[in-house]
Amino acid sequence: MSLTYEIKHRNMIVRLDAEIDHHKAEEIRDRLDQLIAMNSIKVLIFDFSNTVFMDSSGIGVIMGRYKKMKQMGGDVGLINVNSNIQRVLKLSGIYRLVKNYESVQDAIKRLV
Amino acid sequence: MKFENEMKIEFDSKSQNEGFARVVVAAFVAQLDPTIEELADIKTSISEAVTNAIIHGYEMYPGKVYIYCKIVDDVIYVEIEDHGKGISNIEEARQPLFTSKPNMERSGMGFTVMEAFMDNVEVESVEGCGTTVMMKKTLLSLRATKEEACNE
Ligand SMILES: Nc1ncnc2c1ncn2[C@@H]1O[C@H](COP(=O)(O)OP(=O)(O)O)[C@@H](O)[C@H]1O
Ligand SMILES: [Mg+2]
Repeated sequence: MSLTYEIKHRNMIVRLDAEIDHHKAEEIRDRLDQLIAMNSIKVLIFDFSNTVFMDSSGIGVIMGRYKKMKQMGGDVGLINVNSNIQRVLKLSGIYRLVKNYESVQDAIKRLV
Repeated sequence: MKFENEMKIEFDSKSQNEGFARVVVAAFVAQLDPTIEELADIKTSISEAVTNAIIHGYEMYPGKVYIYCKIVDDVIYVEIEDHGKGISNIEEARQPLFTSKPNMERSGMGFTVMEAFMDNVEVESVEGCGTTVMMKKTLLSLRATKEEACNE
């Protein structure tokens, strides 16, 4: 399954691919950057509900988008992160910058 | 009696094969009936080492990636080998967040992930010749089941 997205106002919810590795990461990054620019996105929410696998390439994708969104005065959040993916994310210390949220509504409320 | 089983695969250094490699190793390990978490640990570690062989080892020229996998009782042993450019400073390479390719949005967390998810990770590398990453993991799920059976 590949990436789908939904844009409400200038908030974008991106449902990520089933498997996020280096092969997929480049494609995901390019697609996201295009969508962010085209729609002047302010808040980007990564929805992991379809994602069953992620390695450290995914950390690079999230960190890269985080830096980009922050530079433009925006923010980034995560939802539906399963425990295996959380273990990968925890190692990187990324949770000091980007947080998990209960739902899209919760993320938007706290980030907008 | 010791249970032993081995396998070897060899494939091109193409990023499409990252998914192939981790699924093959996972299928081989599945005979030990690992937990979902143990299987995720192994798949993620394989993905890290294979990706490194492809993007760092063979960054300039394509080549072959070799995986050797061995099961001895409840221990899984994996070697991922490339004949690429090698690593000049292994200690530095293994540091969390160290990457030689920050412009590619690499996080520098590959070795850290392998070390966290496997019991033991060793790296052998010769500049200009290539790199071998050797990893080991004892499947505690299997050990627990066996001990339970013994106690009955
Ligand atoms: N197979 C390899 N061949 C050559 N260099 C490697 C290899 N594996 C790792 N390296 C080096 O070690 C560094 C750290 O690897 P890693 O922790 O996986 O981080 P990343 O892949 O994100 O850079 C790489 O940036 C690279 O310089
Ligand atoms: Mg790596």
